[in-house]
Amino acid sequence: MTDYKISAKDVQVYYGDNHAIKDVDVQIEDKTVTAFIGPSGCGKSTFLRTLNRMNDTIDICRVTGDIRMDGEDIYDAKVDPVQLRAKVGMVFQKPNPFPKSIYDNVAYGPKIHGLARDKADLDEIVEQSLRKAALWNEAKDRLNAPGTGLSGGQQQRLCIARAIATAPEVLLMDEPCSALDPIATAQVEELIDELRQSYCVVIVTHSMQQAARVSQRTAFFHLGNLVEYGETDKIFTNPEDPRTESYISGRIG
Amino acid sequence: MSIAKKHGSLLQLDARTKKRNAAERRFRAYGLSAICVACAALLMLLTSIIGNGASAFRQTFISFPVTIDAAEVAAAESALLKTGAYNTILETSLLEYLTENDLLADTPVDEAFGLVSGEAGSTFRQFILANPDAAGTTFQLDLLANGRIDGYFKGRVTADAALLDKNVSPAQLQLADRLAEHGTLVRKFNWSFFTNPDASDQRPEAAGLGVAILGSIYMMLVVLFLALPIGVAASIYLEEFARKSWITDVIEVNIANLAAVPSIVYGILGLAIFINFAEFNQSSPLVGGLVLTLMTLPTIIISTRASLKSIPPSIRDAALGVGASKMQSVFHHVLPLAAPGILTGTIIGLAQALGETAPLLLIGMVAFVREYPAAWTPEAGLFGEASTALPVQVYNWTQRSDPAFVERASGAIITLLVFLLIMNAVAIYLRKKFERRW
Repeated sequence: MTDYKISAKDVQVYYGDNHAIKDVDVQIEDKTVTAFIGPSGCGKSTFLRTLNRMNDTIDICRVTGDIRMDGEDIYDAKVDPVQLRAKVGMVFQKPNPFPKSIYDNVAYGPKIHGLARDKADLDEIVEQSLRKAALWNEAKDRLNAPGTGLSGGQQQRLCIARAIATAPEVLLMDEPCSALDPIATAQVEELIDELRQSYCVVIVTHSMQQAARVSQRTAFFHLGNLVEYGETDKIFTNPEDPRTESYISGRIG
Repeated sequence: MSIAKKHGSLLQLDARTKKRNAAERRFRAYGLSAICVACAALLMLLTSIIGNGASAFRQTFISFPVTIDAAEVAAAESALLKTGAYNTILETSLLEYLTENDLLADTPVDEAFGLVSGEAGSTFRQFILANPDAAGTTFQLDLLANGRIDGYFKGRVTADAALLDKNVSPAQLQLADRLAEHGTLVRKFNWSFFTNPDASDQRPEAAGLGVAILGSIYMMLVVLFLALPIGVAASIYLEEFARKSWITDVIEVNIANLAAVPSIVYGILGLAIFINFAEFNQSSPLVGGLVLTLMTLPTIIISTRASLKSIPPSIRDAALGVGASKMQSVFHHVLPLAAPGILTGTIIGLAQALGETAPLLLIGMVAFVREYPAAWTPEAGLFGEASTALPVQVYNWTQRSDPAFVERASGAIITLLVFLLIMNAVAIYLRKKFERRW
């Protein structure tokens, strides 16, 4: 049990009357990239958002079941989602840097969580985060330029830098490459592979090739159900469930 | 079965395309004519107001040397009718000046002083009280000319009309002509139009917007300091924090409806609540400001909510995603981005409040007020002294019988429009300054 970073049991998510996630059980390992794949509307993004309680912001959304991170129930009444989200960083589908400078984008998280003692400390965090996000060389001379002035791929890497600046333990990525061109996608994928050294990465993707390239474990969702979950190689070469097989071979989805 | 259609030559328009193009041309013509009508209406409005009102900013002044000694000052100050005593001194000086320069000619002696405004005695007294050293010397004094004389130079009064007018005689007009030639009567920019308080029917030349401008400024301060924080706080709560339920729906519908409630209804409400119940002073800028605050709140709330809505949710997600609290995400990210829209809405609301007349009539701001209201007094409290407001002053002046007030009312409208233009210019400037590009 403690080997897993996140363990979810019997998770149900409802949007009003719509039962979006049904009986999902999944164990996510630390220092691993776990990919969620599946056709549009299958609930993979919804499930991802339950892991840092981003669904709380949607009034009609209701989550039941048991989701534990390091053995602690993240839906416990005592848990403040703000603290949870500092521990679980998130990167969104569309690059969404704040309309502020590159520096301020990265420094915002550490500032509100009080992670830096002084300016020099904050500078260090910003530099380290940008380095980890492979953006430092491109951005170091223009830290005061607006983050929105970067190219799409750079913006997404800036968002990754922003997410890791709060020193999270888990990094959730919701289709991080869907708005990027192939070159930027390749850069971000390379980055994800490096981030695996330090974080537990969960990535939602539409591209099966991407899942195959970057992940060690893959979960296939279909119509709100977790159909199959296991080693990426096994899922792609020798799936157990016929639905997985038809999705991977392109017959559904 | 084929649905393929044979297309004709591209060089020839088919009937359908011709019809569509004609419809588009017609629509353009309608649009253009609508704009022409609007422009013509605006032009007519401006021509009429400026044509009537521009002359209000220039006024005829009479300037002659006045002598007064300390004994005369003392005597005048102890007289029952102080300004009357000062008027007598002025009359003596004027007659002396006229005889010296041989300007009196055949004008009856008792009619000469009729050229000077009834306000002159009080102006003179103020001057002497402000400059006690002037007593015992001879000095040049600029005094307002009588409204009829001013009207004569502005073409409003003619010699024929003067025959029938008990306030002015043809002899006085002839004297005025001679004085103008001599340089004693001059027309110059009339600052006192912006600084003087209102004046009675008998002396339109002295009437000014001082009290009205001050009252309007006080009210705008009240509106700004109440409506902006309340409106913005309410919008942020409704838009960002409140759970959507039937209660918020009811509130939303009500706010939208309140924006359309006739302003006079707010006047009755203000009368009932602020004057009869809370017992604030009537005619006071405080009550006026409170009433206008109620009236402006829906405008501010609606525009603030619209600008909060226009901020993409991805920004909120981004802030929440790095662990910002709801409030941090709103105050650090959403509000700064919505600020230009909020400011624009607020200023438009303020401009609307500045021009509002009806509710102010009901709370007594239509009163004739000669005294400048103090911003704070121990008895009346903050903005508690009786005052009037720009649009009410316009309403007030249009009801007076003397045609000189028509000019002044138009002048007041121009002043009001200038204030509104300034506010709109500020709104545009702020929007441009704080606008961010994505």
